[in-house]
Amino acid sequence: MPLLAVRNLRTRFATDRGTVRAVDGVSFDLAEGEVLGLVGESGSGKSVTALSIMRLVPEPPGRVTADSMSFDGTDLLRLTEAQAREVRGASMAMVFQDPMRSLNPVLSIGRQLVEVLQRHQKLGRQAARRRAIELLEMVGIPLADKRLAAYPHQFSGGMRQRVMIAIALSCNPRLLIADEATTALDVTIQAQIVDLVKRLTRERGTSVIWISHDLGVVANLCDRVNVMYAGRIVESAPIRDLFQRPSHGYTLGLLGSTPRIDGPALRRLSPIDGLPPNLIDPLPLCPFLPRCRVSVAACRERAPDRRDLGHEHWATCFAELGPRAP
Amino acid sequence: MAIAQPPATPRFAGSIRLAARQFPRHRAAMVGLVCLVLLCLAAAFAPLIAPFDPVQIKLSAKLRPPSLEHLLGTDHFGRDVFSRLLYGGRTSLSVGLLVVAFAFVLGVPLGLASGYFGGRTDNLLMRLVDAFLTFPPLLLAVALVGLLGPDIQNVMLALGVVQAPVLARMVRGSTLAVREEVYVTAARALGAGPGRIVVSHLLRNVVSPIVVQLTVVFAAAVVAEASLSFLGFGTQPPQPSWGRDMSEARRFLGDAPWMFLGPTGAIMLCVLSINFLGDGLRDALDPRAWRTRRTVAAEER
Ligand SMILES: Nc1ncnc2c1ncn2[C@@H]1O[C@H](COP(=O)(O)OP(=O)(O)OP(=O)(O)O)[C@@H](O)[C@H]1O
Ligand code: SF4
Ligand SMILES: [Mg+2]
Repeated sequence: MPLLAVRNLRTRFATDRGTVRAVDGVSFDLAEGEVLGLVGESGSGKSVTALSIMRLVPEPPGRVTADSMSFDGTDLLRLTEAQAREVRGASMAMVFQDPMRSLNPVLSIGRQLVEVLQRHQKLGRQAARRRAIELLEMVGIPLADKRLAAYPHQFSGGMRQRVMIAIALSCNPRLLIADEATTALDVTIQAQIVDLVKRLTRERGTSVIWISHDLGVVANLCDRVNVMYAGRIVESAPIRDLFQRPSHGYTLGLLGSTPRIDGPALRRLSPIDGLPPNLIDPLPLCPFLPRCRVSVAACRERAPDRRDLGHEHWATCFAELGPRAP
Repeated sequence: MAIAQPPATPRFAGSIRLAARQFPRHRAAMVGLVCLVLLCLAAAFAPLIAPFDPVQIKLSAKLRPPSLEHLLGTDHFGRDVFSRLLYGGRTSLSVGLLVVAFAFVLGVPLGLASGYFGGRTDNLLMRLVDAFLTFPPLLLAVALVGLLGPDIQNVMLALGVVQAPVLARMVRGSTLAVREEVYVTAARALGAGPGRIVVSHLLRNVVSPIVVQLTVVFAAAVVAEASLSFLGFGTQPPQPSWGRDMSEARRFLGDAPWMFLGPTGAIMLCVLSINFLGDGLRDALDPRAWRTRRTVAAEER
């Protein structure tokens, strides 16, 4: 049984201009210990998917529905807010993009760590403090015992993200969601943080959802990857397979100049021409159609169904793209 | 480079305790605190300190300039300005401080609730607040005192009711901004409940504007008390109050400027002290403003 099974997740926001379908029928499984990448352009619904799983979407204006969303045997959508609070931070944790702003500036690092430990693990003050030092050492912060009394502004961005990871992993969650956790950091620090997450989650068998713009990082870290477009998963594949056989018009555009997973080229998502999709009145066709460069006749007649390509690889696309040239 | 380690402080103290340790380092704030305490003591022990009876009329000694006998001169009834100042402080300081307390107790929770819950709660609370804010403040206070009866307690209550909505509106605005901060979502993602969010995250981060606003409320209350007294509510003549004496003295500005200088100086001293105190409080509660050896050492490491 997968750790997390999401079926037909829909998250909408009521706005002045109409209902925004930020997440529009997302389904996927996440196995125990699996590292899943979630990629897609800005506004494709990656963060909202993560927040929906964490039950952190503000309702109203948001509204989250799903056929089911089970985590470790419980349906997340049935939890009361109080029950959801027990899950958050304890068995599910999240790291955000902006390490400069995700720690409270007026509370010490130690206080913020200890608070979480006391809340979920019912540790005493001294025990929580000892554990906090261990955690800071674990994420590679030198002089951890002195650093407990420091405040976020005294740390660099990379250090703060280490602290965030320490806090997120403090209660041994089964699932860690990292939303653009390295995007705001410079490249060398980025690599260190990715390695850290890789090591720590492997050691503990933590499942990870890694949200990123950076296909290079995703390729390095993830077992499989879901490609999102206009609030839907348009392609899902083991990481190698995705690079070898991109099977959706959008994925193809996304890989852009990236020739091969092992090639030296740029692995950033290349921007794709054309307007982003309309999330308020979506076409009853493939949402990528107006921007697609490989569309076929069928694309203009009906919406594509999910097509199975073997090797746990599927895509919702009519075009038969075949493997990419080496 | 050898940086002297700070004396053996416990390595993990609560941030309030750290803030308390920071406060005395803020010179201006300490000066403000000392002045305010002295003013309060002077008012409290007025009967022991005052050389004259503050209400005793002695027309033969009217409008005397400052001298050794009358340190700050006398007024148009021959009453000792200094003695009136001491007694007047009892009224003015308690009005100022109690109105501040009242505005705080009423306005801050209201603003926090409005900003935190948003939506319908916010709508309802802010409509109420706006209803109060549409009246000119003095008129509202007069109406309230008229309703409750013209004594000094009711004046304080009325001024508190007038000031609380101003504070509530401001706290709401700041709360709305802080609520959108990533660290608030991050805290919720770690299982923090509403109480935690409101106290450790929202309140702690809107403290500075609150403190600033409260110093304004204090000054406004002292002056408003004067206006109310002048209109016949609040302090009744011949009882002294800074505000009342100040407005009285305006008529004699040309002949007896000392009459004006006494109460005006007292009000200004008071407002300045509270301002400094507020600055210090604000800085003490914001770790980013701390300049200690510990901070420097941490940065250089
Ligand atoms: N509170 C909200 N109210 C209204 N619309 C919202 C709200 N939150 C998100 N949205 C909309 O949902 C859509 C998906 O946003 P989301 O943040 O999930 O994108 P994303 O894939 O994470 O993009 P990025 O890469 O920029 O982080 C966007 O169009 C956004 O405007
Ligand atoms: S379904 Fe058609 S329009 Fe959509 S991505 Fe595939 S080829 Fe392009
Ligand atoms: Mg996002």
